[in-house]
Amino acid sequence: MSENKFLDDPKPAAATPSVTSIDVKAVNRKEDRSLYATRQAIYPKLAHGSYRKLKWILMFITLGIYYLVPWIRWDRGPDLPSQAVLLDMAHERFFLFGLEIWPQEFYFVTGLLVLSALLLFLATSIAGRVWCGYFCPQTVWTDLMIFVERFWQGDRNARMRLDKAPWTIEKISKKLATHLTWLLIGVLTGGAFIFYFADAPTLLRELISGTAPNVAYIFLGILAGTTYLLGGIAREQLCIYMCPWPRIQGAMIDHDTYLVGYRDWRGDPRGSHHKGDSWDNRGDCVDCKACVAVCPMGIDIRDGSQLECIQCALCIDACDAIMNRVGRPQGLIAYETIANQEAAQKGGTSKPKIFRARTLIYLGLIGLVSAIMLWALANRSLLEVNVLPDRNPYFVRLSSGDIRNGYTVKILNKLHEPRTFKVELTGLPDASLRIAGNPDGNQTVEVPTDVLREIRIFVVVPKKSLPQLDKQGESFVFTVTDQDADRTTRRLSRFRRPK
Amino acid sequence: MSKDVDEVTGIETTGHVWDDDLRELNKPLPKWWLYTWIATIIWGIGYMIAYPAWPMVNDYTKGLLGYSQRAAVTQQIEDGKKAQSKMWSGLETTPLNAVAANPDLLRFATASGRTVFGENCAPCHGRGAQGFKGYPNLNDDDWIWGGSFESIQKTIRHGIRSDHEETRNNAMPRFGIDEALDKKQISDVSEYVLSLSGLSKDAAASGRGKTVFAEQCVSCHGEDGKGNQELGAPNLADSVWLFGSEKADVVQSVHTGRGGKMPAWEGRLDPLTIKALTVYVHSLGGGQ
Repeated sequence: MSENKFLDDPKPAAATPSVTSIDVKAVNRKEDRSLYATRQAIYPKLAHGSYRKLKWILMFITLGIYYLVPWIRWDRGPDLPSQAVLLDMAHERFFLFGLEIWPQEFYFVTGLLVLSALLLFLATSIAGRVWCGYFCPQTVWTDLMIFVERFWQGDRNARMRLDKAPWTIEKISKKLATHLTWLLIGVLTGGAFIFYFADAPTLLRELISGTAPNVAYIFLGILAGTTYLLGGIAREQLCIYMCPWPRIQGAMIDHDTYLVGYRDWRGDPRGSHHKGDSWDNRGDCVDCKACVAVCPMGIDIRDGSQLECIQCALCIDACDAIMNRVGRPQGLIAYETIANQEAAQKGGTSKPKIFRARTLIYLGLIGLVSAIMLWALANRSLLEVNVLPDRNPYFVRLSSGDIRNGYTVKILNKLHEPRTFKVELTGLPDASLRIAGNPDGNQTVEVPTDVLREIRIFVVVPKKSLPQLDKQGESFVFTVTDQDADRTTRRLSRFRRPK
Repeated sequence: MSKDVDEVTGIETTGHVWDDDLRELNKPLPKWWLYTWIATIIWGIGYMIAYPAWPMVNDYTKGLLGYSQRAAVTQQIEDGKKAQSKMWSGLETTPLNAVAANPDLLRFATASGRTVFGENCAPCHGRGAQGFKGYPNLNDDDWIWGGSFESIQKTIRHGIRSDHEETRNNAMPRFGIDEALDKKQISDVSEYVLSLSGLSKDAAASGRGKTVFAEQCVSCHGEDGKGNQELGAPNLADSVWLFGSEKADVVQSVHTGRGGKMPAWEGRLDPLTIKALTVYVHSLGGGQ
């Protein structure tokens, strides 16, 4: 009974010799949308045209990046991983080609995310949902899954016939092949994911020999399952019901944004057209529903702009092919701004405005964030020094009446070689400094590679010099000097005393 | 049951009719919800079979997997001890004053020592070992019974004026209570003690007190008042005052005597823990 909903009455349409109307109904068209609806299957037809070609190329590139990046090697020296992109959880390090991010530098990742968001805003304000239509993993993997489905079961009509057919050996084998290929893609996807977290060749060997850590198999399983479920089964439902972006992106779209749309001023009134009929007093749309048949979201683009539309532009390909056939100009469905749509209805055109306040603000923010990140990157310190004054007790009175303060100093060496630092202080009268564990007078500290060294430092100010502190204040400076590079790091601290 | 369909909405009803014509539309739970609910029930039954679940009168059902939280904790403690065992045995075989030369061992000993100190010593000496009136500050360089590794260890093991056989022991006499000195003499000698570290404001009294000091105090505190760690006699000439540097504090010390107590920790803490604690106290900054 639900099948009738997407299959129109099988009455023979007023078929024209040139264009046959496709027997299709937009299952997600406006009047059919309701909450708690059972999903109705969508059988997207293969489109042919420049946007389909573009989508194949982008699928190839984006999936290529995803699957191959973990295999890029990057020589960092003997003791470091040689994988170009590696999220090393065990050693709390994030390697990105020449860049090495420590946990306390996670703001670089935050910056990258902010930058990505701004780029997304910019792209959306210029050309609508280009992210959704071409780059979103859900779109790319769904496209791949539909390709697999088409490969095993044939195009739209064949798939519909197969679904209605009784369960024969042929049907079972076709369905099985489809689902097994989906699962295989899922496993490869999950497999590629875990390679970002460990040395890829080693992990692959371990995976195959069954010696990989459990967590690798668990994540492989989770990613394989979600890929199969979301890309193969759920498909457009993820965009329509789960994803927040369709709800948000409307805020970036204005009158000058290019959106995939139906030019109703040119197309309507629509209706079937026979060869030789006049094109006077009617629109160019022959109501062939080719745009609906290719739509992976199951909508009718002629309903206008809608949340369900991911703007993959496949309907443009479908419609252009029909227009060619009936001898009307292409672009009945096209990337179009609302401003131009409105102007065209009055017989004019609107000049495209790529650079307008909205896009310039986004560009400015992108420039600003990039500049801040480049600055931070260029000034990235390979040494971190933290000074923590003792809080209990604040100070210790020695038998001579001198006052001693204790400090915990943490030195983090992010250079990949051991370094020797000399710790000194300036700004305290007649003060002496002693490093716990060092012989008197030795103020150097060795910090091995990649290590946070914690040292205890005792600073003593003689009794006779204490009154001077009343005048000059209790602030002073620790200087930590790299003995080899002659670079100095300064840290302000305070010397406490009885008052 | 025949299917009753509501004429107005076209939706199936539950079949009940009240007051001649009142019917209820059949709006069942969503299937996914129902199946999830049934799945949780099945899961719950499986869980009760596999894990401890039902309390009985004297016992409880153990479950097929034999899981026990208590056993898990015990295992974790065992694992933790095993992980530390290398460091503990290193600490055991390394002589006390050589621990500091090994950075890993030193870090381990001070970390364990800090924990033990917080649990056992902090009530009197303070969290930061900063001490209070009558309870010595362990950060400074003024040691009544000595600040070497061996001295600190002996103090911790045997205590001071404790009930241990080998306890460190002495007594500051009660010069006032026992009427060995009169009030004026006590005042004078106190003034003299203060003068040793430049705190006296009455030169005449301190001059008189010097004689009293020479007669009564030098045997323990020494001629110059610098004390004697062998006897546990505090240095009176430095800036650190265990019982305060006001004249009244000093007068009270001379009048009633002093005799703080520290418990012996031998038997309460095992030797290795005391060793770690010694290293920690020594590392506070005043160790000699």
